[in-house]
Parts: sequence; C-alpha cells; structure tokens
Amino acid sequence: MSQPPNQPPTRVLPPPARKPFPGMAALRETGRLYALALEVVRCTFKRPFQFREFIGQFWFIASVSLLPAALVAIPFGAVIALHLGSLTTQIGAQSFTGAASVLAIIQQASPVVTALLIAGAGGSAMCADLGSRTIREEIDAMEVLGVNPVQRLVVPRVLAAMGVAAFLNGLVSVVGVLGGYFFNVIMQGGTPGAYLASFSALAQLPDLWISEIKAVIFGFVAGVVAAYRGLNPGRGPKGVGDAVNQSVVITFLLLFLLNLILTTLYLQVVPPKGA
Amino acid sequence: MGVEVAVEGLGKSFGRQRIWQDVTLTLPVGEISVLLGPSGTGKSVFLKCLVGLLKPNSGSITINGTDLVRCSEHKLYDIRKLFGVLFQDGALFGSMNLYDNVAFPLREHTRKSETEIRRIVTEKMDMVGLAGEGTKLPGEISGGMRKRAGLARALVLDPGIILVDEPDSGLDPVRTAYISQLLVDLNAQIDATILIVTHNINVARTVPDNIGMLFRRELVMFGPREVLLTSEEPAVKQFINGSRIGPIGMSEEKDEATMAAELAAGFDLGADEITGVPPQLEPTPGLPERQAVRRRKDRVMRILHTLPPAARTTILSSLDPTDRFGR
Ligand SMILES: Nc1ncnc2c1ncn2[C@@H]1O[C@H](COP(=O)(O)OP(=O)(O)OP(=O)(O)O)[C@@H](O)[C@H]1O
Ligand SMILES: [Mg+2]
Repeated sequence: MSQPPNQPPTRVLPPPARKPFPGMAALRETGRLYALALEVVRCTFKRPFQFREFIGQFWFIASVSLLPAALVAIPFGAVIALHLGSLTTQIGAQSFTGAASVLAIIQQASPVVTALLIAGAGGSAMCADLGSRTIREEIDAMEVLGVNPVQRLVVPRVLAAMGVAAFLNGLVSVVGVLGGYFFNVIMQGGTPGAYLASFSALAQLPDLWISEIKAVIFGFVAGVVAAYRGLNPGRGPKGVGDAVNQSVVITFLLLFLLNLILTTLYLQVVPPKGA
Repeated sequence: MGVEVAVEGLGKSFGRQRIWQDVTLTLPVGEISVLLGPSGTGKSVFLKCLVGLLKPNSGSITINGTDLVRCSEHKLYDIRKLFGVLFQDGALFGSMNLYDNVAFPLREHTRKSETEIRRIVTEKMDMVGLAGEGTKLPGEISGGMRKRAGLARALVLDPGIILVDEPDSGLDPVRTAYISQLLVDLNAQIDATILIVTHNINVARTVPDNIGMLFRRELVMFGPREVLLTSEEPAVKQFINGSRIGPIGMSEEKDEATMAAELAAGFDLGADEITGVPPQLEPTPGLPERQAVRRRKDRVMRILHTLPPAARTTILSSLDPTDRFGR
C-alpha cells in the first residue's frame, strides 16, 4: 500500500541521549541546586548590591516569622526545662538543670526552631513569590533585559534569610532560656542560684557561636532551596503550589541532616568546658 | 540599525516531546517577518530559543557572527542587549508600576538622568497609548494594556531586533491596527529587524516583508510574503483562510482518514476564500521611508528565479516600471 502523497514522512524518534539510570534525575537536581548555591555566593560579591530589595526582604521575612518564633520558643524552652528538671531530680543532679537546659536550648532547639520558621514562613512565601514570577515569565523577561535574576532577586533574599536567622536565633535563645528559667525555678521549685551557677560552670562562649553559625547556615540553605524551587516550578499555578510544598519539605530534611553534621563536628572540635 | 539573525537546522524537544526540528531561516536586516502557526506548534518556544532562554537540541543561531547556542553566558548577556522582546503575556514586573516597568531597562543599562528617563518613558508610553497610566500596577490593568506596556518596555532601549509574541491577542481590532501601524512606523524610524508571532491573518497579510509558518513539527515555509500568500500548500492555504477544511484540525493535526472523509463529503472552501496579496502597510506620512523596502527589493529580485511561479508573477506585477526596467 502506498502512502498518500501529502502525508508527512514518518520519522523515528531520536534515541534518548543516555540510558537514564534510576536516581539520575535526583542527582541532576542536586547538582543544579549546588550550582545555584555557588552562583548565589559568586553574585553576592558582584556590584551593585540590591540594597533596597535586601531591606524589603529582611523586613518581610522578619515580620512573618517573628511572632511565631517567639510563641514557639516559650513552650519549647519550657518543655526542655521541665523534662530535664524531672530527669535531673531522678538522677540527683538537680544543680545541673540550668546548664543542661540552657545548652540544649542554645545549641539545638534555638537554631532548629529558627530554621523551621524561616523555611516554613519565610521560605515558603519566597518560593511562592519567585515561582509565580517564573510562570508569569517575569524571570525570563529580566534575563532578556540583561539582568541576572540571581543577583537581582535571589541574593538579597538569601542574605535576608541568613540575617533574619541570626537575629531570630538570638531572640529564640533569650526567650527559650527565660521560659526555661521560669518553669524550672517557679514551677518546679528549683533554686535560682544553682540554675545560674551551673550555667556558668558548663556553658562557654563557643556554644553561643555555634548556635549563631548554625542559624546562619540554616538560613542560607532555606533561602537557596526556596529560590531553587521557586525558579524551577512545574508548569502553571499547580506547579508553583507543588514547588512551595517541596521546598519546605526538602529544606526540613536538609536542615536536620546538616544539624547532625554540625553538632558532631562541634562536639569533636571544641572541647567541653571543664573536661 | 537592524541585525541579521541566521537560524540553521534548529531543533528543540522537551524530553521525548519533539517541538520542531530542522528550522532554517534568515531574518534579513531591518525587515519585518511574521511567524504563523496553529496553537501549540512551538512559536513561543522558537522565540525563547532566539533569545537564549531555552537551549535548542541542535542547530545554530548566528547573530553578529556569534552562535547563540554555543556561546558563553557572558557573551549571551551582551547579545541580549540587542533584543527587545514582548512576551505573550507582557511579562511585566508585578511589583512595579507601569512607569517603573518601562524605565527598568534604562535604569539598569544606561546612566541617564531621571529627567531624561522620564522623557523617554513618557514618549514610549504615549506611543503605545498608555499616557497617564504610569502609576497603575500590572495587576490592575487589562490584558491588552499589559501587552502594550510590555511593548513600550521592549522598545525603550531602541533594540536592533524586536521579537513580538502575539501583539494582537487580547487586543481589540482597532488597537491591533494601531499596533500594526506602530510596528511599521518603528521599523521605518529605527530600521530594526522585527519578528512577529501571530495568529492574526490581517496582520500577517499586511504588515510583514517575509512570512513563515510552523506546522507538523517543522517550518513549512519561510520567504517573501508573496510566496506564502499565494501558496497552494494545503496547510498554509487553510491557515490563511481560517477554514476548517484542510490538514489542520482541532488538535493540531487531523488524521488522514478525517481529511478524506471531509473531502468525500464534498466540503468546498466556500465563497469567502481569501486570496491575493494586499498592499503592505506604509509608514505614517511624515516618517522616513522604510530602508528595508529597497534592500528587500534587491534581495527578492536576486532570488526571484527560485520562487514559485504564482509568487513570481505577483512580485513582478507589484513592481513599478522604473523598478522593472531600471536595472
Ligand atoms: N518549558 C516547557 N517545558 C515543556 N514543554 C513545553 C515548555 N514550553 C512549551 N512546551 C510545549 O511546547 C509546545 C509549544 O508551546 P508554545 O507555547 O511554543 O506554543 P505556541 O505555538 O506559542 O502556541 P500559542 O499560539 O497557543 O501561543 C506545547 O506543546 C507546550 O506544551
Ligand atoms: Mg505562544
């Protein structure tokens, strides 16, 4: 049977470039995430710095995460204090309640709470914003106008996330420690003197540093992941919704992993006080 | 001054979905070209490839001697400054008002003072009929207005190549006529190379020097307007006539069986068949001549012997006697 004359010539699809092996896609995504992180670092040092965008974003992220952070910090500090309070009573080390709870709050609870809020409140909004700009082709338009969207939009956002993280971390630490003090001393009848004394016996300045360093790194990760998902959403509004969702989940996973690594490193590198 | 864009054997797929392949065409310096094609044939994708937003899988795009497909990121940013692009939905920055949107390229790439920027922006906003709307946000205006604001932003740096994705969609017929005239006038004033993507037959028939059409994952044809407007190619003819009869179906392509059935049922093209080559739009009186007209005439005369007979006759009969015998 002959083909009718105006039928287009049948074509075979080109062979796929490489045989995709499982995990290839995930590997590629990871690579592109890293590439964006590097690009962000590189563009941070490029002038002109988008100062107004930075201030605007800082203010925005702070405003959406400040109140929730304070509200989460009080019960968090309280839970740790209460738990440690009863535990130390059982093993007869009441006098160390203060030190233990303060260290737990400053080193672990506070950076993680901060990061969760930055990712959950700030990062999701940032991802949604960038995502809707992407599907409206604003990002394309910006690139065509010869402006690098990473420098223009992503760098100020990531820096703002880091800044707010450092700032919130301080706030959460203070509120958490006050909450812990309140619950331990007032509710559980601990002695204020012992609480403070044990604190200065075990805690040291590097504890504060690692807390802030963690917070800043978490802020960076939250910012970069949100920006990455925002700049590469699926198609259409549903794609943006999915991207926001994923960005929060991915950030949480990364944060807990990073926290483990940083904590291990810190415990190895910085000798505990009095040891 | 316009810039030539030479596209060679370009192909693009998304994963296994082939959009088009083997697209070869040259946008001649300073001429206006139109790219037609049914919805979803990848016209917007083609524009995005031209500005380097999407990477083609094969082929090359040469502008000023640089291959956009393979050049460095840095070079790409440089070349992009030649372009003014109007995206399909305007792509205005939602957080800025119209004035700031139009002023954006000037603030980014020039050291002009705010007063000078104000002068240029006001001029361009007037040009697209948005005078006095500068303080509105993109979310507060109609689709047609967004489009016109997007056009003003694309024009503000006096680009050498202007790419326009569907200037007419979302515009009423009167505004469409104005935009067509605007593009022709602009071409006369700055001699930019212009590529317009459109579905609007009226625009396609009266505005461009060259017309191309994408269909069935390839460029069906590209050449002087007379070629496409007099073509007997079924898909082209159907598209120009906006008719249901022909190889283009609702889902882009009809299968052969449906087509045969339609023919057998004795459909004919009807009385409203659009034929002939209408005269091209002239720049508004008072503006300079379009320099492209002269260049194009020379170019077309050189390739005349390669064109199909119908096109050849039309071109020859459109020449005035001085042109025909003067050389
Ligand atoms: N980023 C992308 N990823 C995957 N597929 C895409 C992408 N962009 C476009 N496509 C696909 O490419 C095809 C062509 O899309 P395109 O928007 O270029 O069509 P078009 O010719 O401009 O249509 P219209 O006239 O309706 O604007 C569509 O099938 C679309 O699904
Ligand atoms: Mg399109």
